[in-house]
Amino acid sequence: MLKTFKIGGVHPEENKFSADQPAEVLDFSKQVIIPLSQSLGAPSKAIVEKGDLIKVGQLIAKGESFISSNIHSSVSGKVLKVDQVLDQSGYRRPAIFINVDGDEWIEGIDRSSEIKKEITLTKEEIVKKVHELGIVGLGGATFPSHVKLMVPEGKKAEVLIINGVECEPYLTADHRLMLENGEEVLIGTSILMKGLGVNRAIIGIENNKTDAIANLAKLALNFDGIEIETLKVQYPQGGEKQLIDTVINRQVPSGKLPIEVGAVVNNVGTAFAVYEAVQKNKPLIERTVTVTGKGVSKPGNYKVRIGTSINTLIEKVGGLPENTGKIVSGGPMMGKALNSIDVPVVKGTSGVLLFEEEEARRIEPTNCIRCGKCITVCPMGLEPVLIAQYAESEMWEEVEAERAMDCIECGSCQYTCPAARPLLDYIRLGKFKVGQIIRIRSKK
Amino acid sequence: MNLLTVSGSPHVHGDNSTKKIMYGVAFAMIPTLLVSVYFFGLDAIRVTLLSVFACMLFEWIIQKYLIKGPVTITDGSAIISGILLAFNVPSNIPTWIIIIGAFVTIGIAKMSFGGLGKNPFNPALVGRVFLLISFPVQMTSWPKPSALFNSLADAVTGPTPLGHLKEELKVGRTVQDILENGTSWTVDGINYIYKIPDYMDQLMGNLGGSLGEISALALILGGIYMLMRKIISWHIPVSFIGSVIIFTGILWVVNPDIYVNPGFHLITGGLMLGAIFMATDMVSSPMSFKGQLIFGLGCGVLTVIIRIWGAYPEGVSFAILIMNAFVPLINRSIKPKRFGEVAR
Ligand code: SF4
Ligand code: SF4
Repeated sequence: MLKTFKIGGVHPEENKFSADQPAEVLDFSKQVIIPLSQSLGAPSKAIVEKGDLIKVGQLIAKGESFISSNIHSSVSGKVLKVDQVLDQSGYRRPAIFINVDGDEWIEGIDRSSEIKKEITLTKEEIVKKVHELGIVGLGGATFPSHVKLMVPEGKKAEVLIINGVECEPYLTADHRLMLENGEEVLIGTSILMKGLGVNRAIIGIENNKTDAIANLAKLALNFDGIEIETLKVQYPQGGEKQLIDTVINRQVPSGKLPIEVGAVVNNVGTAFAVYEAVQKNKPLIERTVTVTGKGVSKPGNYKVRIGTSINTLIEKVGGLPENTGKIVSGGPMMGKALNSIDVPVVKGTSGVLLFEEEEARRIEPTNCIRCGKCITVCPMGLEPVLIAQYAESEMWEEVEAERAMDCIECGSCQYTCPAARPLLDYIRLGKFKVGQIIRIRSKK
Repeated sequence: MNLLTVSGSPHVHGDNSTKKIMYGVAFAMIPTLLVSVYFFGLDAIRVTLLSVFACMLFEWIIQKYLIKGPVTITDGSAIISGILLAFNVPSNIPTWIIIIGAFVTIGIAKMSFGGLGKNPFNPALVGRVFLLISFPVQMTSWPKPSALFNSLADAVTGPTPLGHLKEELKVGRTVQDILENGTSWTVDGINYIYKIPDYMDQLMGNLGGSLGEISALALILGGIYMLMRKIISWHIPVSFIGSVIIFTGILWVVNPDIYVNPGFHLITGGLMLGAIFMATDMVSSPMSFKGQLIFGLGCGVLTVIIRIWGAYPEGVSFAILIMNAFVPLINRSIKPKRFGEVAR
C-alpha cells in the first residue's frame, strides 16, 4: 500500500494534459510588469525609478522586513514607471513597469548549462544567498525561503521534506522539472539540507508521475541522505501538514508550524531555484508555468520570465479559445480566478488554466442534505457544513470554536458536496472575521 | 470577448449530486418493488404509483402555491418518500388512505420543516406511523401473498409472522409449538390453519406484510448496490441489524420458549427495509460514522424492546423515529478526529 495522509481526501479528475510536453523557453515580451507583492509578508520596496536602465538579474526592489523578499529584474531595459497594476489578487497594487531592450545580464551570473555539484558555501552563506537572491516557496504559498531555513530558538530541524507531489489536477510544471532538471533539484535539496543542518531529506512524489520517480530515484543514488518516497494519488497530498503526516507520520498541531515536529517542507521548484541561486548566482527571475485547459489546443509547460503578461502565455498555446469562461492562476482546487488576462506572471504562478464557459459556471446550490460527505473528506478533520452554517449566521465565536482557522482551504469539501453548497466561500468569510477578532483580542 | 467568471476556489466540482444520490436510492428499490409486484400483483403497482404521484403532487402544490419558491419535485426525494411510504403499507390499502399518508409525509413531515434537508424525521415513516395510528384496521390487514397477479377479491387476509407470534405467545404457547404446529381456528364451521412460513419463503418474500418488507433478499440486493455506489455507508445497517441479532440472541439463549431465535427477527417484519432504506436516510441520520454506529445501535435495541415488550408487534418504524429525534444531539456530541489531535 502506498503511503498517504490519514484523514479525508478526494480524488479529482487529474487531467494532466501537458505531462509529456517539455518545458519550453518562452520569448519575453516587449514589456514586463513586476509586482512588488510577490511573496507572503510585507511588499518589497522599489529601489529603481522611472528612466533607470537596468539589466537582467539586477536588484530592483528590496524586502525590508524579516518576512519579505528581494525582487530582481527578469529583463534588461528601461524602467517606464513604478505604478499601480491590476495583479492576480484582483486588486491594484504597486509594480515596476519595464520596457524591454535586448537581453543583457549583470555580471556574475553563471548562465552555462554545466551542472555544478560541489557545494562550497557554508550554512550561513547559503541562507544569506537564498535571502539575497529573492527565493520564495514556489509551491503556491510563496513563503520567503530564507525564513524557513532559520530554525527558531529551541526548535530542531530533523528532516527536510521536498514536495514533488503536485496534487493539483492539470498542473505539470513540477513534474517536468523533476524529469528535466532532476540533478539540479537534488543538488538544491542537498543545499537546503546543509542550510538547515539536517542529514536526511525525503522527496515525496505522487504515483501518477512514475517517470519522474524513476529519474530521481536513479539520480539519488549519488546523493547522501536523500530518499524518494512514492505516494498515493490523493488530494491534498501536497498540503504541507498532509505531506508531513504522510512521510514521517507526525501531525503538526493546530496553529503550529512544521518545525514543531522537526520538519521543514520545500517545493521541488524551490529546490531548483535554490540550486540556481547558490551554485549559479542566479536570482529568482523565471519559473516554469503550465498553461492548459480542456479547450486548449496545445497545452504546454513554459519557462517564463517573471512579469510576463499571462496573455503572452495564452497566445503561445494558440490563443484564448472562443468559449473561455474563466481563467485560473494555479490549480483548479486552490487557484485564483483572474479578472483580466493582462496580469503578470509572478513567482507564485504555477499554472494558467482556461476553463470553458460551462465548466466555469458554478452549479446552482440546493439544500444541504446532511450527508456528511464534506466531513468525511476534510483532511483537517473539520466539519465544513457546520462552520459554513455558523458563518452564514454570523456566529463568529462558534466559527472559531469549530476550528475554522485550521482550514487549509483545500476545497475538498465544496468539491464533494452533492448539494454544491458554497462551503469554502463561507468558511473563508468565517476565517477572515475570526482573524480580525483574534487580532483585536491580542491587542488588548 | 466573453465576460470572465470570477469565483472562489475550488473551480471544479465532483460528479456527486443530490439528484444522483436520490435516483440511486430509487434504483436500489427496484428489486423490492419487483418482488412486491410478484407476490401482491397489480395492487402493488397501484399503491406505489399512487403514493409516488401523490407525494410529488403535494410537493409541487406546496412549493408553487404556498412557498412560491423554486419547484424541486424532480430532485428525486419526493419519489423516494413515495416509494418508501408505499413499501410500508399493505397492498390492499384503500386509495384515499394512501393520499392522506402522502399528505402527511410531504406536507407535514417534510415541507413544514423547510423541505429537503431540513426535516428531522424520516418523512415516509412519519406518514406510515400516522396511518398506523389513525387507521389501525386497514393498516394491519395483510393480504396473503400467493400467486402472480391475483386480484384483490380472492386474496386471503393473513397475519404477519411477527404479529401472529406475539398474539400466540400471549396465550401462553411456546415458540416451538407456534412455529411447528401453526394455529387452527374455526369460524362458521370452517377450519382455518395459519402456519408461519419457513425461512426460505420468508427470505424470498412469500409471507404476509407490507409491500416492501416481505423480501429480505431483494432489500439486501438494493443495500449492496447503494454500498457499492457509496450512497450509504455500512455503519447504520450493520449496527442496526447487528444489535438486533445480538439482543434477541441473548434473550433466545436465556429462554427459547418465549423468545424466538434471532434469525426470525432478522428476516421477518420491517427490519431489513428499515435498516437498509429508512434509517440510512441522510437527512435524518447522523453525519459521522461514529454517530451512525450509535444511531444504528439505538434503533436496533429499541426495535427489539418494542417487538417483545411493546404494544405493537413491529417496532422498526418507532425505533427509527425515536432515534431521529436524537440525531441533533448525536451530531453535536460526536466530533470527527481532528488533524493534529492524535497523540503520538
Ligand atoms: S477547505 Fe477547509 S474545511 Fe474544506 S475540506 Fe479543506 S480544510 Fe476542510
Ligand atoms: S456535503 Fe454538502 S450536503 Fe453533504 S452535509 Fe456537507 S454541506 Fe451538506
